[in-house]
Amino acid sequence: MTDAETTETPGEHTRDIVLSCEGVVKRFGDQTVLRSVDLQVAEHQVVTLIGASGSGKSSLLRCINLLETVDDGVIRLDGEDITDPRVDADAVRRRIGVVFQAYNLFPHMSVLDNVTLAPRLVGKVAREQAEDRARSLLERVGLADKAQEYPDRLSGGQQQRVAIVRALANEPRLLLLDEVTSALDPELVGEVLSLVRELKEQGMTIVMATHEMSFARQAADRVVFLDAGVVLEEGPPEQVLADPVQPRTRQFLARILEAGRL
Amino acid sequence: MTVPAETFPVLPNDAGPSDLQRWRDDYRRRRTRRSTSLAGVSTAVFLVVFGTLIVRSPGWPRVRESFLDLEVAKDSLPAILDGLWLNVRVLMVSAVLIVIVGLGIAAMRTLRGPLWFPVRALCAAYTDFFRGMPLIILLYLVGFGVPGLRLQGVPNSPVVLGTLALVLTYSAYVAEVFRAGIESVHPSQRAAARSLGLSYGQTMRRVVLPQAVRRVTPPLFNDFVALQKDVGLISVLGAFDAVRNAQIAADATFNFTPYLVAGLLFVLLAIPTIRVADWYSLRAVRRQQASGAL
Repeated sequence: MTDAETTETPGEHTRDIVLSCEGVVKRFGDQTVLRSVDLQVAEHQVVTLIGASGSGKSSLLRCINLLETVDDGVIRLDGEDITDPRVDADAVRRRIGVVFQAYNLFPHMSVLDNVTLAPRLVGKVAREQAEDRARSLLERVGLADKAQEYPDRLSGGQQQRVAIVRALANEPRLLLLDEVTSALDPELVGEVLSLVRELKEQGMTIVMATHEMSFARQAADRVVFLDAGVVLEEGPPEQVLADPVQPRTRQFLARILEAGRL
Repeated sequence: MTVPAETFPVLPNDAGPSDLQRWRDDYRRRRTRRSTSLAGVSTAVFLVVFGTLIVRSPGWPRVRESFLDLEVAKDSLPAILDGLWLNVRVLMVSAVLIVIVGLGIAAMRTLRGPLWFPVRALCAAYTDFFRGMPLIILLYLVGFGVPGLRLQGVPNSPVVLGTLALVLTYSAYVAEVFRAGIESVHPSQRAAARSLGLSYGQTMRRVVLPQAVRRVTPPLFNDFVALQKDVGLISVLGAFDAVRNAQIAADATFNFTPYLVAGLLFVLLAIPTIRVADWYSLRAVRRQQASGAL
């Protein structure tokens, strides 16, 4: 499963770095949620963020997507400093696809309109073209027959798959997945994760906050353990998940194991 | 993955309802019949007691004479209906204007950035002022103050000025209803829209407002019902509407029956709106939640 060139070897530098966070700090009032986060994601890599609730996973993803402003440090997308306040945030967000835990889809629009909204409005793609593309994307995830349905007629797993398709319709350079399976019934988790696995095989660059440790172990190129706003440990999944160096990581994994998630 | 069919328990559905279900259905039917007849009896008793109380009061003959004179009612009806048609036209025009102005103010209050501060402040001041100002006083101020300026091209028709006063007051209320609706849309809807690259304005127009408007439609119907009777207030400016024509008829006959006629006509006008509003809210509730026993 592991890919020799995606581990931390000198070969790493020959690949394009899509995302890099350097000393990212985020405070809410007097609470510091990200203390100094360093993270590099190369093209076609799948990086999973793990850590307890409140460790800063979601905050980091929201900062990368410029939904939150960063207090200190730099985030680069393809080398461009996107934390520069002069940057066009809408244009940056267009290059990053995001799927949240829940409440993703627009309930007043059909699945097809959900998917085509951004290409039509932002990408200025003609309706017909956008719909053709949306239909072929929906077909790829097995939801072609749901194009005209409204989101509340779909199961949670189907909704999340549509949300992923909607993010893909913008042809993003980077896909951020923020605990996309946490709000799902256990039997629906699989269909969403297998879609993520397919995207990885197609070469998508993905940063994914998750509690699904077995998925992280099988599909991630790298696992990053966040604790209290810093990257405490990172490396290939077999190392971080099976033989962690840090006591905090061990503690966290032991608790997850107890809860039956590993 | 697939489970063989024979492992599913055989359900007794094809044998029709069980004895237990039949007993339950029967019991519920009996309860319903009992409730209906009980309601009928209690309503009848109430009406008889209440009616007797009024009819046997010492002043009843005088009241009946001055409020329930069928002859006067028949004579005044055409003029009052004529006036009601004016009320209906004022209602339609002001309702449309109120929705436009109210939605505009609500949207402007959500604008962000220092550049928009004066606009936000002005809108906030507007809603504060016109929600606090009694409608009847505003009618006087607009109806008599504006023509008093004697400006060229400014209309001095009581109908137009009355409509203006109604729009000013009601837009302030409706703006707040819309704003509550805008704020009730879950923040992750905005986050989802913005992360797709939509601008603030596009997010507002395509994602937030459509959901907000749907959500506040039932309370807006309520404001519409209130407006339906408040259009009768333009009579204080001298517009010949249903209330004014009833007043004229009452003054001519020394009888209050025309007021009752006008009042009942306003009620009849409101009933369809109230039914539509009830139906709409019920439909919204049914869509959002599965039915339950409570």
